[in-house]
Amino acid sequence: MTSLSGKVAIVGAADTEVGILPGVGATQLCVDAACRALSDAGISKDQVDGLVTCNSMAEPYMYHAEAIAEYIQIFPRYCISASAGGGTTFSILHHAASAILTGMCHTVLISMADTLRSGLSREQAMLMQSATGHGQFERPYGPTVPAYYALIAQAHMAQYGTTQEQFAQIAVACRKHAALNPAAQMREPITVEDVINSRLIADPLHLLDCSLVSDGGSAVILTSAERAVDFPHSPVYLLGVGEGHGHEHISQAQSLTTSAAVESGQRAYAMAGLEPKDMDLAQLYDCFTPTVLLELEDLGFCDKGEGGAFVESGAIELGGALPVNTHGGLLSHCHPGNPGSMFALTETVAQLRGVAGERQVDGAAVAMVHAQGGIMSSHTSVILGRETA
Amino acid sequence: MANHSGKIFPTPTRETAHYWEGCREHKLRLQCCVSCGKHQFYPRSVCSHCLGDQLRWIEASGAGKVISFTLVRRAVSEAYKADTPYVVALVQLDEGPTMMSNVERCTPESVEIGMRVTAFFEEWSEEISIPKFCPI
Repeated sequence: MTSLSGKVAIVGAADTEVGILPGVGATQLCVDAACRALSDAGISKDQVDGLVTCNSMAEPYMYHAEAIAEYIQIFPRYCISASAGGGTTFSILHHAASAILTGMCHTVLISMADTLRSGLSREQAMLMQSATGHGQFERPYGPTVPAYYALIAQAHMAQYGTTQEQFAQIAVACRKHAALNPAAQMREPITVEDVINSRLIADPLHLLDCSLVSDGGSAVILTSAERAVDFPHSPVYLLGVGEGHGHEHISQAQSLTTSAAVESGQRAYAMAGLEPKDMDLAQLYDCFTPTVLLELEDLGFCDKGEGGAFVESGAIELGGALPVNTHGGLLSHCHPGNPGSMFALTETVAQLRGVAGERQVDGAAVAMVHAQGGIMSSHTSVILGRETA
Repeated sequence: MANHSGKIFPTPTRETAHYWEGCREHKLRLQCCVSCGKHQFYPRSVCSHCLGDQLRWIEASGAGKVISFTLVRRAVSEAYKADTPYVVALVQLDEGPTMMSNVERCTPESVEIGMRVTAFFEEWSEEISIPKFCPI
Protein backbone atom coordinates (compact mmCIF):
# COMPACT_ATOMS: atom_id res chain seq x y z
CA MET A 1 0.00 0.00 0.00
CA THR A 2 1.30 3.45 -0.88
CA SER A 3 1.72 5.70 2.13
CA LEU A 4 1.16 9.44 1.99
CA SER A 5 3.92 9.99 4.51
CA GLY A 6 6.36 12.71 3.42
CA LYS A 7 4.98 12.87 -0.12
CA VAL A 8 2.76 15.93 0.10
CA ALA A 9 3.45 19.35 1.60
CA ILE A 10 1.74 22.60 2.46
CA VAL A 11 3.43 25.42 0.57
CA GLY A 12 1.04 28.28 1.17
CA ALA A 13 -1.16 29.25 4.12
CA ALA A 14 -3.10 32.36 5.06
CA ASP A 15 -6.08 33.61 7.03
CA THR A 16 -8.44 36.49 6.38
CA GLU A 17 -9.29 38.95 9.07
CA VAL A 18 -11.48 37.11 11.60
CA GLY A 19 -14.02 37.97 14.28
CA ILE A 20 -17.04 40.13 13.62
CA LEU A 21 -17.13 41.31 10.01
CA PRO A 22 -20.57 42.75 9.24
CA GLY A 23 -21.48 43.07 5.59
CA VAL A 24 -18.75 40.74 4.32
CA GLY A 25 -20.15 37.74 2.46
CA ALA A 26 -18.85 34.21 3.03
CA THR A 27 -18.03 33.87 -0.68
CA GLN A 28 -15.96 37.04 -0.61
CA LEU A 29 -14.10 35.78 2.48
CA CYS A 30 -13.43 32.41 0.85
CA VAL A 31 -11.96 34.17 -2.18
CA ASP A 32 -9.98 36.56 0.03
CA ALA A 33 -8.45 33.57 1.86
CA ALA A 34 -7.65 31.89 -1.47
CA CYS A 35 -5.88 34.98 -2.84
CA ARG A 36 -3.84 35.39 0.33
CA ALA A 37 -2.75 31.73 0.27
CA LEU A 38 -1.76 32.00 -3.42
CA SER A 39 0.27 35.07 -2.60
CA ASP A 40 1.94 33.30 0.36
CA ALA A 41 2.84 30.40 -1.95
CA GLY A 42 4.07 32.83 -4.59
CA ILE A 43 2.02 31.26 -7.39
CA SER A 44 -0.63 32.48 -9.82
CA LYS A 45 -4.18 31.14 -9.84
CA ASP A 46 -3.48 29.34 -13.12
CA GLN A 47 -1.05 27.05 -11.37
CA VAL A 48 -3.89 25.64 -9.27
CA ASP A 49 -5.40 22.52 -10.82
CA GLY A 50 -7.32 21.29 -7.77
CA LEU A 51 -9.82 23.17 -5.63
CA VAL A 52 -11.51 21.94 -2.46
CA THR A 53 -13.90 24.03 -0.39
CA CYS A 54 -16.62 23.44 2.17
CA ASN A 55 -20.07 24.87 1.78
CA SER A 56 -21.05 27.96 3.73
CA MET A 57 -24.10 28.00 6.01
CA ALA A 58 -24.60 31.74 5.59
CA GLU A 59 -24.13 31.84 1.80
CA PRO A 60 -24.60 28.28 0.56
CA TYR A 61 -24.31 27.03 -3.02
CA MET A 62 -25.48 23.76 -4.52
CA TYR A 63 -21.98 23.47 -6.03
CA HIS A 64 -19.78 25.50 -3.73
CA ALA A 65 -16.35 24.69 -5.10
CA GLU A 66 -17.58 25.39 -8.63
CA ALA A 67 -18.93 28.74 -7.46
CA ILE A 68 -15.55 29.69 -6.00
CA ALA A 69 -13.72 28.49 -9.14
CA GLU A 70 -16.11 30.54 -11.27
CA TYR A 71 -15.65 33.63 -9.07
CA ILE A 72 -11.88 33.66 -9.59
CA GLN A 73 -12.09 32.12 -13.08
CA ILE A 74 -10.00 29.02 -12.57
CA PHE A 75 -10.74 25.77 -14.36
CA PRO A 76 -9.41 22.96 -12.17
CA ARG A 77 -9.42 19.29 -13.07
CA TYR A 78 -10.25 18.32 -9.48
CA CYS A 79 -12.98 20.38 -7.84
CA ILE A 80 -15.16 19.40 -4.92
CA SER A 81 -16.76 20.77 -1.78
CA ALA A 82 -16.78 18.50 1.22
CA SER A 83 -18.46 18.53 4.58
CA ALA A 84 -17.64 16.69 7.77
CA GLY A 85 -18.68 19.43 10.17
CA GLY A 86 -15.80 20.54 12.36
CA GLY A 87 -13.75 17.68 10.97
CA THR A 88 -13.91 19.09 7.44
CA THR A 89 -10.46 20.70 7.38
CA PHE A 90 -8.41 17.59 8.03
CA SER A 91 -10.75 15.28 6.18
CA ILE A 92 -10.30 17.54 3.13
CA LEU A 93 -6.55 17.61 3.67
CA HIS A 94 -6.52 13.81 3.65
CA HIS A 95 -8.53 13.66 0.42
CA ALA A 96 -6.57 16.43 -1.30
CA ALA A 97 -3.26 14.77 -0.43
CA SER A 98 -4.58 11.50 -1.83
CA ALA A 99 -5.67 13.27 -5.01
CA ILE A 100 -2.13 14.60 -5.48
CA LEU A 101 -0.59 11.22 -4.81
CA THR A 102 -2.83 9.45 -7.31
CA GLY A 103 -2.17 12.06 -9.98
CA MET A 104 -5.66 13.52 -10.06
CA CYS A 105 -4.03 16.94 -9.77
CA HIS A 106 -0.73 18.56 -8.79
CA THR A 107 -1.48 21.70 -6.81
CA VAL A 108 -4.58 21.97 -4.64
CA LEU A 109 -6.06 25.09 -3.18
CA ILE A 110 -8.14 24.39 -0.07
CA SER A 111 -10.19 27.41 0.87
CA MET A 112 -12.91 27.65 3.49
CA ALA A 113 -14.89 30.52 5.01
CA ASP A 114 -18.17 31.30 6.68
CA THR A 115 -19.93 34.15 8.41
CA LEU A 116 -21.87 32.48 11.22
CA ARG A 117 -21.61 35.63 13.31
CA SER A 118 -22.79 38.30 10.89
CA GLY A 119 -24.40 36.27 8.11
CA LEU A 120 -26.93 34.43 10.31
CA SER A 121 -29.13 35.45 13.22
CA ARG A 122 -28.28 33.92 16.60
CA GLU A 123 -31.43 31.78 16.37
CA GLN A 124 -30.62 30.62 12.82
CA ALA A 125 -27.07 29.67 13.80
CA MET A 126 -28.28 27.67 16.81
CA LEU A 127 -30.98 25.83 14.89
CA MET A 128 -28.71 25.03 11.94
CA GLN A 129 -26.04 23.60 14.17
CA SER A 130 -28.38 21.65 16.43
CA ALA A 131 -29.80 20.08 13.26
CA THR A 132 -26.96 17.59 13.61
CA GLY A 133 -29.38 15.84 15.99
CA HIS A 134 -31.74 13.11 14.80
CA GLY A 135 -34.93 14.66 13.47
CA GLN A 136 -37.26 12.11 15.06
CA PHE A 137 -35.33 10.76 18.02
CA GLU A 138 -33.25 13.64 19.38
CA ARG A 139 -34.34 17.07 18.19
CA PRO A 140 -37.90 16.95 19.61
CA TYR A 141 -36.30 16.95 23.09
CA GLY A 142 -34.75 20.38 22.51
CA PRO A 143 -31.03 19.57 22.67
CA THR A 144 -28.55 22.27 21.69
CA VAL A 145 -25.00 21.69 20.49
CA PRO A 146 -23.62 22.60 23.94
CA ALA A 147 -26.09 20.08 25.41
CA TYR A 148 -24.73 17.25 23.26
CA TYR A 149 -21.20 17.95 24.50
CA ALA A 150 -22.44 18.44 28.06
CA LEU A 151 -23.64 14.81 27.93
CA ILE A 152 -20.05 13.79 27.21
CA ALA A 153 -18.63 16.07 29.91
CA GLN A 154 -21.09 14.82 32.54
CA ALA A 155 -20.29 11.20 31.75
CA HIS A 156 -16.54 11.87 31.98
CA MET A 157 -17.00 13.60 35.33
CA ALA A 158 -19.02 10.68 36.69
CA GLN A 159 -16.64 8.03 35.36
CA TYR A 160 -13.27 9.64 36.12
CA GLY A 161 -13.90 12.38 38.68
CA THR A 162 -13.03 15.13 36.20
CA THR A 163 -14.03 18.58 37.51
CA GLN A 164 -15.52 21.74 36.00
CA GLU A 165 -12.36 23.55 37.07
CA GLN A 166 -10.27 21.18 34.96
CA PHE A 167 -12.44 21.82 31.90
CA ALA A 168 -12.14 25.55 32.64
CA GLN A 169 -8.35 25.27 32.63
CA ILE A 170 -8.52 24.51 28.89
CA ALA A 171 -10.42 27.75 28.18
CA VAL A 172 -7.87 29.64 30.28
CA ALA A 173 -4.93 28.16 28.31
CA CYS A 174 -6.52 29.00 24.95
CA ARG A 175 -7.18 32.56 26.05
CA LYS A 176 -3.63 32.90 27.32
CA HIS A 177 -2.41 31.94 23.85
CA ALA A 178 -4.92 34.22 22.12
CA ALA A 179 -3.60 37.11 24.19
CA LEU A 180 -0.32 36.65 22.30
CA ASN A 181 -2.09 36.54 18.92
CA PRO A 182 -2.99 39.94 17.44
CA ALA A 183 -5.47 38.27 15.06
CA ALA A 184 -7.55 36.59 17.79
CA GLN A 185 -11.15 37.62 18.40
CA MET A 186 -10.92 37.39 22.23
CA ARG A 187 -7.64 38.43 23.84
CA GLU A 188 -8.49 39.52 27.39
CA PRO A 189 -6.97 36.97 29.81
CA ILE A 190 -9.42 34.93 31.90
CA THR A 191 -9.15 32.80 35.03
CA VAL A 192 -10.70 29.49 36.06
CA GLU A 193 -13.02 31.51 38.32
CA ASP A 194 -14.12 33.63 35.36
CA VAL A 195 -15.12 30.47 33.49
CA ILE A 196 -16.96 28.95 36.46
CA ASN A 197 -18.71 32.25 37.19
CA SER A 198 -19.83 32.71 33.59
CA ARG A 199 -23.44 31.83 32.76
CA LEU A 200 -24.35 28.13 32.67
CA ILE A 201 -25.42 27.15 29.14
CA ALA A 202 -25.91 23.38 29.55
CA ASP A 203 -24.58 21.95 32.81
CA PRO A 204 -21.65 21.58 33.38
CA LEU A 205 -20.73 23.87 30.46
CA HIS A 206 -20.50 27.58 31.11
CA LEU A 207 -20.45 30.30 28.48
CA LEU A 208 -16.63 30.40 28.56
CA ASP A 209 -16.44 26.62 28.03
CA CYS A 210 -18.07 27.22 24.63
CA SER A 211 -16.29 28.29 21.45
CA LEU A 212 -16.90 31.61 19.76
CA VAL A 213 -19.24 32.37 16.90
CA SER A 214 -17.27 34.20 14.24
CA ASP A 215 -16.76 35.27 10.66
CA GLY A 216 -13.56 34.29 8.92
CA GLY A 217 -11.78 32.40 6.20
CA SER A 218 -8.56 30.55 5.71
CA ALA A 219 -6.77 28.71 2.91
CA VAL A 220 -3.77 26.51 2.20
CA ILE A 221 -1.95 25.33 -0.91
CA LEU A 222 -0.91 21.70 -1.12
CA THR A 223 1.45 20.08 -3.60
CA SER A 224 3.76 17.10 -3.97
CA ALA A 225 6.97 16.97 -1.91
CA GLU A 226 9.03 17.08 -5.14
CA ARG A 227 7.40 20.32 -6.25
CA ALA A 228 7.28 21.77 -2.73
CA VAL A 229 10.98 22.64 -2.61
CA ASP A 230 10.51 25.23 -5.38
CA PHE A 231 8.23 27.45 -3.29
CA PRO A 232 9.40 30.51 -1.32
CA HIS A 233 8.63 29.12 2.17
CA SER A 234 9.95 25.93 3.74
CA PRO A 235 7.44 23.16 3.04
CA VAL A 236 5.40 21.65 5.85
CA TYR A 237 5.09 17.94 5.19
CA LEU A 238 2.24 15.56 5.92
CA LEU A 239 3.87 12.77 7.87
CA GLY A 240 0.80 10.86 8.94
CA VAL A 241 -2.95 10.94 8.47
CA GLY A 242 -5.66 8.79 9.97
CA GLU A 243 -9.41 8.84 10.31
CA GLY A 244 -11.86 7.28 12.73
CA HIS A 245 -15.63 7.29 12.46
CA GLY A 246 -17.86 6.25 15.32
CA HIS A 247 -21.46 7.39 14.89
CA GLU A 248 -23.49 10.35 13.76
CA HIS A 249 -25.85 10.83 16.70
CA ILE A 250 -24.55 11.02 20.25
CA SER A 251 -27.39 8.80 21.46
CA GLN A 252 -25.89 6.05 19.26
CA ALA A 253 -22.28 6.43 20.50
CA GLN A 254 -20.51 3.22 21.52
CA SER A 255 -18.93 5.17 24.37
CA LEU A 256 -19.50 8.69 25.67
CA THR A 257 -16.02 9.00 27.14
CA THR A 258 -13.79 7.35 24.50
CA SER A 259 -14.06 8.49 20.89
CA ALA A 260 -12.90 7.34 17.46
CA ALA A 261 -9.97 9.75 17.92
CA VAL A 262 -8.28 6.65 19.34
CA GLU A 263 -8.37 5.03 15.88
CA SER A 264 -7.62 8.20 13.91
CA GLY A 265 -4.64 8.92 16.15
CA GLN A 266 -3.26 5.39 16.00
CA ARG A 267 -3.53 5.37 12.20
CA ALA A 268 -1.74 8.73 11.91
CA TYR A 269 1.05 7.73 14.34
CA ALA A 270 1.53 4.42 12.52
CA MET A 271 1.85 6.14 9.13
CA ALA A 272 4.30 8.70 10.49
CA GLY A 273 6.24 6.16 12.54
CA LEU A 274 5.97 8.56 15.47
CA GLU A 275 4.47 8.53 18.95
CA PRO A 276 2.59 11.06 21.05
CA LYS A 277 5.79 11.91 22.97
CA ASP A 278 7.39 13.03 19.67
CA MET A 279 4.90 15.88 19.20
CA ASP A 280 6.19 19.38 19.95
CA LEU A 281 2.72 20.86 19.98
CA ALA A 282 -0.86 19.95 19.19
CA GLN A 283 -3.86 21.78 17.82
CA LEU A 284 -6.95 19.96 19.09
CA TYR A 285 -10.54 20.66 18.18
CA ASP A 286 -12.01 22.78 20.95
CA CYS A 287 -15.65 23.48 20.15
CA PHE A 288 -16.14 22.99 23.90
CA THR A 289 -13.56 22.45 26.61
CA PRO A 290 -14.39 18.74 27.25
CA THR A 291 -13.65 17.98 23.58
CA VAL A 292 -9.97 18.85 24.14
CA LEU A 293 -9.81 16.78 27.32
CA LEU A 294 -11.12 13.67 25.55
CA GLU A 295 -8.80 14.22 22.59
CA LEU A 296 -5.74 14.52 24.86
CA GLU A 297 -6.61 11.11 26.28
CA ASP A 298 -7.72 9.44 23.05
CA LEU A 299 -4.66 10.66 21.11
CA GLY A 300 -2.40 9.19 23.77
CA PHE A 301 -1.00 12.35 25.35
CA CYS A 302 -2.11 11.04 28.75
CA ASP A 303 -3.90 7.96 30.06
CA LYS A 304 -7.67 7.60 29.86
CA GLY A 305 -9.21 9.43 32.80
CA GLU A 306 -6.06 11.49 33.39
CA GLY A 307 -7.02 14.39 31.10
CA GLY A 308 -8.13 16.53 34.02
CA ALA A 309 -4.84 16.19 35.89
CA PHE A 310 -2.91 16.70 32.63
CA VAL A 311 -4.49 20.08 31.88
CA GLU A 312 -4.28 21.13 35.52
CA SER A 313 -0.51 20.59 35.41
CA GLY A 314 -0.16 23.38 32.85
CA ALA A 315 1.11 20.94 30.22
CA ILE A 316 -1.06 22.42 27.45
CA GLU A 317 0.12 26.00 27.90
CA LEU A 318 2.98 27.56 25.96
CA GLY A 319 6.10 26.54 27.85
CA GLY A 320 4.41 23.30 28.96
CA ALA A 321 5.11 19.76 27.77
CA LEU A 322 2.55 19.93 24.95
CA PRO A 323 1.36 23.42 24.02
CA VAL A 324 -2.19 23.10 22.65
CA ASN A 325 -4.04 25.56 20.43
CA THR A 326 -1.22 28.06 20.31
CA HIS A 327 -3.33 30.53 18.29
CA GLY A 328 -6.16 30.52 20.82
CA GLY A 329 -8.31 27.87 19.20
CA LEU A 330 -12.01 27.97 18.51
CA LEU A 331 -12.44 29.07 22.13
CA SER A 332 -10.57 32.36 21.75
CA HIS A 333 -9.15 32.87 18.24
CA CYS A 334 -12.28 32.39 16.11
CA HIS A 335 -14.90 29.83 15.11
CA PRO A 336 -16.75 30.43 11.86
CA GLY A 337 -18.23 26.90 11.83
CA ASN A 338 -17.00 24.19 9.46
CA PRO A 339 -13.82 26.13 8.48
CA GLY A 340 -12.82 26.33 12.18
CA SER A 341 -9.82 24.01 12.08
CA MET A 342 -8.29 25.74 9.05
CA PHE A 343 -6.90 28.28 11.50
CA ALA A 344 -5.34 25.48 13.55
CA LEU A 345 -3.73 24.31 10.32
CA THR A 346 -2.37 27.70 9.25
CA GLU A 347 -1.12 28.27 12.83
CA THR A 348 0.70 24.95 12.68
CA VAL A 349 2.29 25.96 9.38
CA ALA A 350 3.46 29.20 11.05
CA GLN A 351 4.83 27.25 14.03
CA LEU A 352 6.71 24.79 11.82
CA ARG A 353 8.07 27.63 9.69
CA GLY A 354 9.23 29.21 12.95
CA VAL A 355 7.38 32.46 12.34
CA ALA A 356 4.72 32.37 15.08
CA GLY A 357 6.18 35.38 16.88
CA GLU A 358 5.50 35.67 20.58
CA ARG A 359 3.71 32.34 20.62
CA GLN A 360 6.42 30.40 18.83
CA VAL A 361 7.11 26.98 20.36
CA ASP A 362 10.90 26.74 20.53
CA GLY A 363 12.29 24.30 18.02
CA ALA A 364 8.84 23.14 16.84
CA ALA A 365 9.48 20.37 14.31
CA VAL A 366 6.51 18.00 14.55
CA ALA A 367 2.88 18.72 15.38
CA MET A 368 -0.37 16.80 15.79
CA VAL A 369 -3.48 18.50 14.46
CA HIS A 370 -6.83 16.90 15.08
CA ALA A 371 -10.43 17.77 14.42
CA GLN A 372 -13.76 16.09 14.76
CA GLY A 373 -17.12 16.75 13.28
CA GLY A 374 -20.59 16.07 14.59
CA ILE A 375 -20.72 15.12 18.25
CA MET A 376 -17.35 13.38 18.58
CA SER A 377 -18.42 11.61 15.38
CA SER A 378 -15.98 12.04 12.49
CA HIS A 379 -12.30 12.26 13.44
CA THR A 380 -9.19 13.05 11.39
CA SER A 381 -5.69 13.29 12.89
CA VAL A 382 -2.80 14.72 10.91
CA ILE A 383 0.88 14.79 11.85
CA LEU A 384 2.83 17.60 10.21
CA GLY A 385 6.57 18.13 10.21
CA ARG A 386 9.39 20.37 9.03
CA GLU A 387 11.27 17.42 7.56
CA THR A 388 10.02 14.51 5.47
CA ALA A 389 11.14 11.92 8.02
CA MET B 1 -53.25 19.20 25.62
CA ALA B 2 -50.55 21.80 26.41
CA ASN B 3 -49.35 24.00 23.59
CA HIS B 4 -46.27 22.56 21.91
CA SER B 5 -46.49 24.56 18.71
CA GLY B 6 -43.14 25.63 17.34
CA LYS B 7 -41.38 22.62 18.83
CA ILE B 8 -39.61 20.16 16.59
CA PHE B 9 -42.24 17.53 15.77
CA PRO B 10 -41.09 14.15 14.50
CA THR B 11 -42.30 13.18 11.03
CA PRO B 12 -42.95 9.41 11.04
CA THR B 13 -41.80 7.41 8.03
CA ARG B 14 -42.60 3.87 6.92
CA GLU B 15 -39.72 2.64 9.11
CA THR B 16 -40.83 4.49 12.20
CA ALA B 17 -44.63 4.69 11.90
CA HIS B 18 -45.24 1.67 14.13
CA TYR B 19 -43.06 3.19 16.84
CA TRP B 20 -44.97 6.49 16.78
CA GLU B 21 -48.34 4.66 16.65
CA GLY B 22 -47.17 2.84 19.79
CA CYS B 23 -46.33 6.14 21.47
CA ARG B 24 -49.83 7.38 20.67
CA GLU B 25 -51.12 4.34 22.58
CA HIS B 26 -48.59 5.02 25.35
CA LYS B 27 -46.51 1.98 24.48
CA LEU B 28 -42.74 2.17 23.98
CA ARG B 29 -41.90 -0.18 21.11
CA LEU B 30 -38.51 -1.55 20.14
CA GLN B 31 -37.42 -3.75 17.27
CA CYS B 32 -36.01 -7.19 17.97
CA CYS B 33 -34.13 -9.14 15.27
CA VAL B 34 -35.58 -12.57 14.48
CA SER B 35 -32.15 -13.81 13.31
CA CYS B 36 -29.81 -12.62 16.08
CA GLY B 37 -32.27 -11.78 18.85
CA LYS B 38 -30.81 -8.33 19.56
CA HIS B 39 -32.89 -5.21 20.24
CA GLN B 40 -32.35 -1.93 18.47
CA PHE B 41 -33.35 1.69 18.74
CA TYR B 42 -33.98 3.83 16.69
CA PRO B 43 -36.19 1.81 14.33
CA ARG B 44 -34.52 0.72 11.10
CA SER B 45 -35.42 -1.30 8.04
CA VAL B 46 -32.72 -3.85 8.89
CA CYS B 47 -31.02 -5.12 12.03
CA SER B 48 -27.96 -2.93 12.69
CA HIS B 49 -26.16 -5.91 14.26
CA CYS B 50 -26.53 -8.57 11.52
CA LEU B 51 -28.43 -6.77 8.71
CA GLY B 52 -31.24 -9.30 9.12
CA ASP B 53 -34.44 -7.95 7.61
CA GLN B 54 -36.88 -9.90 9.79
CA LEU B 55 -37.61 -7.55 12.66
CA ARG B 56 -40.40 -8.00 15.14
CA TRP B 57 -41.74 -5.29 17.38
CA ILE B 58 -41.80 -5.79 21.12
CA GLU B 59 -43.18 -3.57 23.83
CA ALA B 60 -40.37 -2.37 26.07
CA SER B 61 -40.88 -2.25 29.82
CA GLY B 62 -40.22 1.49 29.71
CA ALA B 63 -37.72 1.16 32.54
CA GLY B 64 -34.12 2.22 32.25
CA LYS B 65 -31.37 4.30 33.78
CA VAL B 66 -29.85 7.69 33.07
CA ILE B 67 -26.37 7.24 31.61
CA SER B 68 -25.81 10.96 31.11
CA PHE B 69 -27.78 14.19 31.29
CA THR B 70 -27.56 17.95 31.12
CA LEU B 71 -29.74 20.84 32.22
CA VAL B 72 -30.34 22.98 29.15
CA ARG B 73 -30.48 26.60 30.30
CA ARG B 74 -30.20 28.27 26.90
CA ALA B 75 -33.11 26.80 24.92
CA VAL B 76 -32.63 25.66 21.34
CA SER B 77 -35.45 27.95 20.16
CA GLU B 78 -38.22 30.20 21.42
CA ALA B 79 -40.67 27.28 21.59
CA TYR B 80 -38.54 25.51 24.21
CA LYS B 81 -37.79 28.61 26.28
CA ALA B 82 -40.66 28.19 28.74
CA ASP B 83 -39.34 24.72 29.66
CA THR B 84 -35.84 25.91 30.76
CA PRO B 85 -34.01 24.57 32.57
CA TYR B 86 -34.99 21.25 30.97
CA VAL B 87 -33.18 17.95 31.30
CA VAL B 88 -31.87 16.31 28.13
CA ALA B 89 -30.75 12.81 29.05
CA LEU B 90 -29.51 9.60 27.53
CA VAL B 91 -31.52 6.71 28.93
CA GLN B 92 -30.35 3.15 28.58
CA LEU B 93 -33.43 0.95 28.48
CA ASP B 94 -33.40 -2.32 30.41
CA GLU B 95 -33.64 -4.09 27.04
CA GLY B 96 -30.23 -2.63 26.04
CA PRO B 97 -30.65 0.24 23.56
CA THR B 98 -30.07 3.87 24.51
CA MET B 99 -32.38 6.74 23.61
CA MET B 100 -32.34 10.49 24.10
CA SER B 101 -35.22 11.97 26.03
CA ASN B 102 -36.25 14.49 28.65
CA VAL B 103 -36.41 13.58 32.34
CA GLU B 104 -39.36 15.37 33.91
CA ARG B 105 -41.79 15.21 36.86
CA CYS B 106 -38.89 15.93 39.23
CA THR B 107 -36.70 18.90 40.00
CA PRO B 108 -34.06 19.11 37.25
CA GLU B 109 -31.31 19.44 39.88
CA SER B 110 -32.25 16.03 41.34
CA VAL B 111 -31.36 14.11 38.16
CA GLU B 112 -28.14 12.11 38.35
CA ILE B 113 -26.26 9.46 36.39
CA GLY B 114 -27.44 5.98 37.34
CA MET B 115 -30.92 7.19 38.31
CA ARG B 116 -33.66 4.67 37.52
CA VAL B 117 -36.39 6.10 35.33
CA THR B 118 -39.55 4.96 33.58
CA ALA B 119 -41.29 6.16 30.44
CA PHE B 120 -44.39 8.30 30.24
CA PHE B 121 -45.96 9.96 27.22
CA GLU B 122 -46.61 13.63 26.53
CA GLU B 123 -49.28 14.34 23.95
CA TRP B 124 -48.15 16.98 21.46
CA SER B 125 -50.94 16.54 18.90
CA GLU B 126 -53.60 14.03 17.90
CA GLU B 127 -50.94 12.04 16.03
CA ILE B 128 -47.80 12.60 18.06
CA SER B 129 -47.09 11.61 21.66
CA ILE B 130 -43.50 11.97 22.84
CA PRO B 131 -41.94 9.41 25.19
CA LYS B 132 -40.29 11.04 28.18
CA PHE B 133 -38.98 9.68 31.45
CA CYS B 134 -39.47 10.29 35.17
CA PRO B 135 -37.77 8.84 38.25
CA ILE B 136 -39.14 5.50 39.42
